[in-house]
Amino acid sequence: MSTAISISGLVKTFGPTRALDGLDLEVRTGEVHGFLGPNGAGKTTTLRILLGLLRSDAGRAELLGGDPWRDAVALHRRLAYVPGDVTLWPSLSGGEVIDLLGRLRGGLDPKRRVELLERFDLDPRKKARSYSKGNRQKVALIAALASDVELLLLDEPTAGLDPLMEAAFREVVADERHSGRTVLLSSHILAEVEALCDRVSIIRAGRIVESGTLAELRHLTRTSIQAELASPPDGLAALPGVHDLQVDGTRVRLQVDTAQLDEVLRHLSAAGVRGLVSQPPTLEELFLRHYQAEPAGVAR
Amino acid sequence: MTTAAPQTSAGRWPAPLGTLAGTGGLVRLILRRDRVILPLWVLVLAVLPIYTAVGIDQLYATPESLRELYGTIVATPGLLALLGPAFDATLGALTTWRAGLVFTVVALASLLTVIRHTRADEEAGRRELLGATVVGRNAPLAAVLLVVFAADLVLGALLAAGMIGVGLPATGSVALGLAVAAAGWMFAAVGAVVAQLTDGAGAARGLGLGTLGLAYLLRAAGDTAGSDSRLGSLSWLSPIGWAQQTRPYAGERWWVFGLAAGFVVVLTAAAVALLARRDVGAGVLPARLGPAEAAPSLRSPLALAWRLHRGMLAGWTAGLAVMGAVIGSVADSVNDLAGESAQLRDLLERIGGEKALSDAYISGTMVIFALAAAGYAIQATLRLRAEEEGLRAEPVLATAVGRLQWATSHLVFGLLGPAVALAAAGLAEGLVYGLVGGDVGRELPRVLAGALVQLPAVLVLAGIAMALFGLLPRLAAVSWAALATFAFLALFGPLLRLSHWVLDLAPFTHIPRLPGGAVTATPLVWLLVVTAALVAAGLAGFRRRDLVSSA
Repeated sequence: MSTAISISGLVKTFGPTRALDGLDLEVRTGEVHGFLGPNGAGKTTTLRILLGLLRSDAGRAELLGGDPWRDAVALHRRLAYVPGDVTLWPSLSGGEVIDLLGRLRGGLDPKRRVELLERFDLDPRKKARSYSKGNRQKVALIAALASDVELLLLDEPTAGLDPLMEAAFREVVADERHSGRTVLLSSHILAEVEALCDRVSIIRAGRIVESGTLAELRHLTRTSIQAELASPPDGLAALPGVHDLQVDGTRVRLQVDTAQLDEVLRHLSAAGVRGLVSQPPTLEELFLRHYQAEPAGVAR
Repeated sequence: MTTAAPQTSAGRWPAPLGTLAGTGGLVRLILRRDRVILPLWVLVLAVLPIYTAVGIDQLYATPESLRELYGTIVATPGLLALLGPAFDATLGALTTWRAGLVFTVVALASLLTVIRHTRADEEAGRRELLGATVVGRNAPLAAVLLVVFAADLVLGALLAAGMIGVGLPATGSVALGLAVAAAGWMFAAVGAVVAQLTDGAGAARGLGLGTLGLAYLLRAAGDTAGSDSRLGSLSWLSPIGWAQQTRPYAGERWWVFGLAAGFVVVLTAAAVALLARRDVGAGVLPARLGPAEAAPSLRSPLALAWRLHRGMLAGWTAGLAVMGAVIGSVADSVNDLAGESAQLRDLLERIGGEKALSDAYISGTMVIFALAAAGYAIQATLRLRAEEEGLRAEPVLATAVGRLQWATSHLVFGLLGPAVALAAAGLAEGLVYGLVGGDVGRELPRVLAGALVQLPAVLVLAGIAMALFGLLPRLAAVSWAALATFAFLALFGPLLRLSHWVLDLAPFTHIPRLPGGAVTATPLVWLLVVTAALVAAGLAGFRRRDLVSSA
């Protein structure tokens, strides 16, 4: 079997809201698939349908060769899920929740559990009531990662983690990929997806608007640069990958494809750099540029 | 959320008020957050006794009939236990007695409001957001106490004005209004203290409700024993008892208000002192660590449900058992009271022998257990909804746990929990009643049967809750309205001479009165069939529907 998740034409409405509007998604077995989109785009709804928590109104979804609604229990033995908004039972300790969820899923690797507790620096004796958002997230992550499953469904798993823990998370997911597990990672953090994922699908307003490998989507990632130079630059406009160039005497504003960054910087430093501000584009900007009809709206 | 209000308004307060800075803004925040519920309980609790006065005035128009009513009340320990003492055969005094539950309900509302705006806010992290603005350390507590104290006073004033309006003496009306307000004040102060003790709002509510329950039980025990007996002084250990002992319309005893005021001052000071000694978010009682690994038994949805339900089960079981013991202890004395009326005694002996009056008393009070157990049945069943709404169902259902397995793990407690609690009530009542009368072997099974026979009616409420959860999850709380309606029909339906059609709607109407009455299986079987149908509909609905997380 080469596809872990295969969705076509999925529709889900909540009253007047059309949360999913003909969504197509394919996740291949053994890949880490990034599921990118702004808040409210339908990422969590998709995951909930894949978990059999919600029932789709139309379309077809297949998960590990089964029907996510009909075969929910059998499928859930083979997958683990980390919700984006982790709430736990206040009176249970973190360790108890990890063990409980692991056992309900059909077993937990005790060695891996110890290793993950250490890696994420979590005190399992504390009651869930006293955990911060990040620590609750860690509990759910450890419970999922310590389970011996084929597929991990992670819904914005790093939303509450500090940078150190985010790094630990990236290492762990990299390990998961090496051991051949399939991961569907929903996120709105582009850098995280770039660091971890083999392929990416971008969802907007309930539809997949872009899907492919990172290299294929590379054209989406541009860095915006503002520079104050010693002398007016020359030849910038002729460089490949430079967009929205504005030159005002010695001041330069431009956007550049990440692949061409090096070349542009060389040109700038040739003119003598006095000041430099460089910003990776936010996901929202990417969406705006990619989907707005008016390109002028982007240059703002 | 409306956290913006105090931030801006706190900024407009120029004078540094120290630990009370920002109180004014917080008062407005509380009024904004509770703008529906606060006026609602104030108004309802003020209007109810006024209606009661009008009702009693119509039903008992002559002094003779009032005296007769008074005689019945003081001779019926169950009524004294439930509502409190009656001090005089006047319309005002009897209205005060009839509205006796208002004292407890005001206390309850005040208690919960204080905890809601103190500990619950801290647990949810909202307090922290406010603490970072210009808000003094004591301001949140001061704000909610101000609001609740004021609400209680408004309630008292409305009540007094209404009572005067329907023609009752002004002095007694003012005393009644003050007494109701005092009950609220005292338990607002209790809420202020318990909110400092634990780090969880649930535990704080538990402590507060436990205190209120104890106060109610002490009063109930003391009032049934009568003020002449030694046990009668038990009422004086209870703040609820104090509120009633001010004796509105029956020679008001103003000095009792001094007790209440002292209680409020001492507890409020204690709360402030405790507040100064703890961190935001922490309790005075230390937070305990849990086990690093789950016990081997914690491996199924049922094991999880047991962890989540066991506290509730223990609480309801203990509460019903204590109530049973209290009623059992006074049931035997009902016979003695009837002894004073030769006619009544004669009549009762002809109907059912010497024990008939005690039996009638016991079977008549069983409906109280049934209503309490039904409340428990709803609460336990709706835990399903709470888990779903709180997003705690999701991680469980995302494991290899089926919908039915998860739903039944909680439903078990909705169905069996009330059975355990009713059994405990029956056992405790039968045991105490038997010990007092000297014949445990005979009384225990009879009383226990009287308690357990309520179960089919109780389970209907669990069924209603389950059906709503499965089919109309957003309306699950309507189960409580169903219970309130049934309770009204069961308690007041016969008094209001409602038609049988209406009375038959309440499942409690169909329960045979035991001990003493005859048992017919048919209604019990029907109630069980209805329950089974409701539960099946609920389960089937839940299997088919989406998980609905937010309202």
